[in-house]
Amino acid sequence: MSITTVFESVLAALVLGLALWTIAVRETYSATVGFVAYGLMVALIWVGLDAIDVALTEAAIGGGLGGIVLLGAAARLRDTESTAAETPNRMVRLGAAALSAAIAAALAIAILLLPDAAPTLAPAAVANAAATGLANPVTNVLMAFRGMDTALEKVVLLLAIVGVWSLASDQAWGGRPGPHHEADPNGVLAFLARLLPPVGIVIGVYILWTGADHPGGAFQGGAVLASMWLLVIMAGLADTPPASSRRLRLVLVAGPGLFFLVGLGGLCFGAAFLAYPIAHAKPLILGIETAMLLTIAATLALLLAGAPERSVPR
Amino acid sequence: MSDFLTASVGFILAMLALGLVSILRGPGDADRMMSAQLIGTGGIAALLLLGTVTGVPAAVDVALILALLATFASIAFVKKGLSRLEVDSTDGT
Amino acid sequence: MSYAGDIVTIASVSAGAFFFLAGTVGLLRFPDTLTRLHALTKADNLGLGFVVLGLLPQAASLRDGLKLISIWLLALLAGATVSQLIARSARQGGPAR
Repeated sequence: MSITTVFESVLAALVLGLALWTIAVRETYSATVGFVAYGLMVALIWVGLDAIDVALTEAAIGGGLGGIVLLGAAARLRDTESTAAETPNRMVRLGAAALSAAIAAALAIAILLLPDAAPTLAPAAVANAAATGLANPVTNVLMAFRGMDTALEKVVLLLAIVGVWSLASDQAWGGRPGPHHEADPNGVLAFLARLLPPVGIVIGVYILWTGADHPGGAFQGGAVLASMWLLVIMAGLADTPPASSRRLRLVLVAGPGLFFLVGLGGLCFGAAFLAYPIAHAKPLILGIETAMLLTIAATLALLLAGAPERSVPR
Repeated sequence: MSDFLTASVGFILAMLALGLVSILRGPGDADRMMSAQLIGTGGIAALLLLGTVTGVPAAVDVALILALLATFASIAFVKKGLSRLEVDSTDGT
Repeated sequence: MSYAGDIVTIASVSAGAFFFLAGTVGLLRFPDTLTRLHALTKADNLGLGFVVLGLLPQAASLRDGLKLISIWLLALLAGATVSQLIARSARQGGPAR
């Protein structure tokens, strides 16, 4: 047993223990902090498995955005927790336990029944990397080989933001999402919100750019940019744009819109929907990714900001 | 060299495990938040060492994102508490 | 060159590990929130600094080295800000109780 095996077993035991504790603990707040720490540990495991693209996503979502969502939810729930004394009865709890156990068992069986050499298309994806001029196989799969899936995923993001916005009350329809944040303009938070975003924007663009040949990409970069925007909003230095803003809506549809436009171009001039002309594959893919970076950043930040709560004076 | 760095990753992971104990123990929410901060810093160190040991230079990028976003959970923690206090005080007036 | 670099790596990473140990022990053993915060944010960032210093001789290129240093600077900024924020909320008896 090598030192690496021992190390991996210890890491797995730590993550499993933390996961169990996060489920078992009764306080919402403690569970949330446990979950944030869990995300960090899982990012370590992804690096250990050499899945850096996934680790980047886990670090950006689990470390930044996920914590904000969950802590916000915990803060809202905490106000109601003391008043809501009602606990689910025994039948409901037993039913939930049985359902969870069944899902866990099904997942375990699916993993155990996998053929020993799991069927994989990874070698084929690596072998055909030259077709697009990008060296990162993950970006190749996302943007070229399975480009359709990615385009539809962006539509799902758009639907999600429509869903969140439709929760707004009639008075706040088309208004600014989330509460207004007041902060001391000379305080620590405002200082950080002035210092960090320029660095963060450079890093977000770097993650997009390096995604062509190394791990990275539009989603991870977009998540970083979204975090920076939320930081500025939380520090009270900027307000969320009203949901009725035309420019904002343009940014929200830019990514999928450009993707489908290029796809239709492939249908008209090329072999099939989303068929890139070989000579221009790389600039086209990077162009789509740039538009998607903006769309993803705006969508994620607005999803976290929540439904419109304040009406815009007209 | 590689053995030494692997042992260092193991040691820092052990420190992270102790930090987890502190998350479990609390007692206050601020203490839990600090443990999360410890796990963030320790996780960055572990990632950098791990990237050097396994020869995966991109691990540095993961650490870069973690370092950039290390403050976020704590800001949300402080901010949510404060905005609730503000709401309480405006309700009172 | 590489021999000297390895010595720097071993010495610095060991020092970093020691400071992580100190920070964790402080977090577990100190009596109240503010002292624990003091132990944690200072010792940990020093530990990370030593680890970064130790890994610099192993960095493949100048760009990798600069990335390592900027990670440390970002972590320092995060530590300084967070300790202020948490200390303030702990003292006001806000969400920290």
